[in-house]
Amino acid sequence: MAGKQIAVNVDQVGMKFNLGTQKVDNMKEYMIKLIKKELMYQEFWALKDISFQVNRGDRIGILGLNGAGKSTLLKIIAGVLKASEGNIQVNGKIAPLLELGAGFDPQYTGAENIYLYGAVLGYSKEFINEKYKSIVKFSELEKFINVPIKNYSSGMRARLGFSIATVVEPEILILDEVLSVGDAKFRRKCERRIKGMFDKGITVLFVSHSTEQVLNICNKAILLESGKLIAQGEAQKIVDLYERKLEEN
Amino acid sequence: MNQLVRNFKKYRYLLGELVRKNIKLRYRRSYLGILWTLIEPLLTMIVLTIVFEEMLGRTGNDPNIPFPVYVLTGRLLYSAFSGSTNAAMRSIRSNSGMIKKVYVPKYMYPLSGIISNFVIFLISLIVLVAVIFFFVFMGSYKAPVTWELLLILLPLLNLFLLSVGVGLILSTLCVFFRDIEYLWSVILMLVMYCSAIFYYASEIDNKTTLMLLKANPVFGVIDNFRRCLFGQGVDYKLMLFSFGISFVVLLIGLLIFYRKQDDFILNI
Repeated sequence: MAGKQIAVNVDQVGMKFNLGTQKVDNMKEYMIKLIKKELMYQEFWALKDISFQVNRGDRIGILGLNGAGKSTLLKIIAGVLKASEGNIQVNGKIAPLLELGAGFDPQYTGAENIYLYGAVLGYSKEFINEKYKSIVKFSELEKFINVPIKNYSSGMRARLGFSIATVVEPEILILDEVLSVGDAKFRRKCERRIKGMFDKGITVLFVSHSTEQVLNICNKAILLESGKLIAQGEAQKIVDLYERKLEEN
Repeated sequence: MNQLVRNFKKYRYLLGELVRKNIKLRYRRSYLGILWTLIEPLLTMIVLTIVFEEMLGRTGNDPNIPFPVYVLTGRLLYSAFSGSTNAAMRSIRSNSGMIKKVYVPKYMYPLSGIISNFVIFLISLIVLVAVIFFFVFMGSYKAPVTWELLLILLPLLNLFLLSVGVGLILSTLCVFFRDIEYLWSVILMLVMYCSAIFYYASEIDNKTTLMLLKANPVFGVIDNFRRCLFGQGVDYKLMLFSFGISFVVLLIGLLIFYRKQDDFILNI
């Protein structure tokens, strides 16, 4: 029963990076260093011992200074990175709005990229066929859909990426920074679509530096500092703590 | 295991899309497009025939088999192997942008590279059929139609397994050591010369050279493919051997790929 209520369970997760003093990527150097026993790495824990749970329907803000590990944490939850230790459990369909349009091929036209990027996100062909029209319509790119993407502006590319990524009805939405997509008009449209998802009670993980946005969107929050989880709880409480920390520095 | 199958089903469509992309983009902006898969082997066949038959006077021990057909079979199979392993080797690096940003089962990248090369190879088999028809029509070749023609699928399957195995090993190694790219091009050259593409294995009387030839699974594949096509009877011992090597290579490939795949992102 309890498992049904939990959307994301992060259990003692740690992420270790090996910071080689210099990058060894050819065999000669590797062999020489192996023999000289110079293959030393400096270990760096981007995240250490992070545990928290996100209940279904919670909208959780992730706060922290640059380098606190926010993006690493989101990447682990989205499955891009694999944690060095600990467990992550995700119950439900995830829509990671992390990097819109990763997987676009510049030589492909907009229409071809809809299918390609849809496939990258794990959609089926039938699903994309069914949603194709609404994707094009939402992106407002009807006129350019048969033009190779390399000729798109960055705003057009982001619009297409956003339209494809949000055509699903996810149960868990991951947002990194907020949608600085396209012009003000399109941005408002994006915000409306996302707000619409909120109303359906989906779970949200949201990273932002703007405490105002966090308060606006989230009911709960966690605070990270150099890879450690230092506080979690009601959004207001955590935001206050975060602001106090900012002033201390 | 169950999870693996479910995940594969979910991303099955992506595999198809990646294969389609590789093939589409390969010939985009060329006037003849996909026709190049047919023209290119045909032209190489002509070049090799001129060099080895006309200039070096090679005829072979079986006068019933035209040299161009002989050369073409070897060339097609070898380039399927070299093309697919090269594509797999570079697949992780060339898709690094995607790997860093979205989750996709990692084996999709080498596998899609290999499959697209095999699709192109299967299309180019049309040339082989056309050339055979040409020689039959000219009356210089009597194509034997036997039930062994069906067995031709076995060397092809063998080649595919071998390419996947080698491709997985190369794609993993290449993430950590770029040298592999240069090393592999040299090894491929050795494989090519040891595959009896433009000479006849029966001409070799040096025992060690023959051993080298037989140890090469690509030679086994090409030899048995020809035996099926020319109705000379399959060499089952050789086939078993090249299948065996392919399975071992595949197993090693799967093992190191799965052990190392989570580190890819930290190294590209």
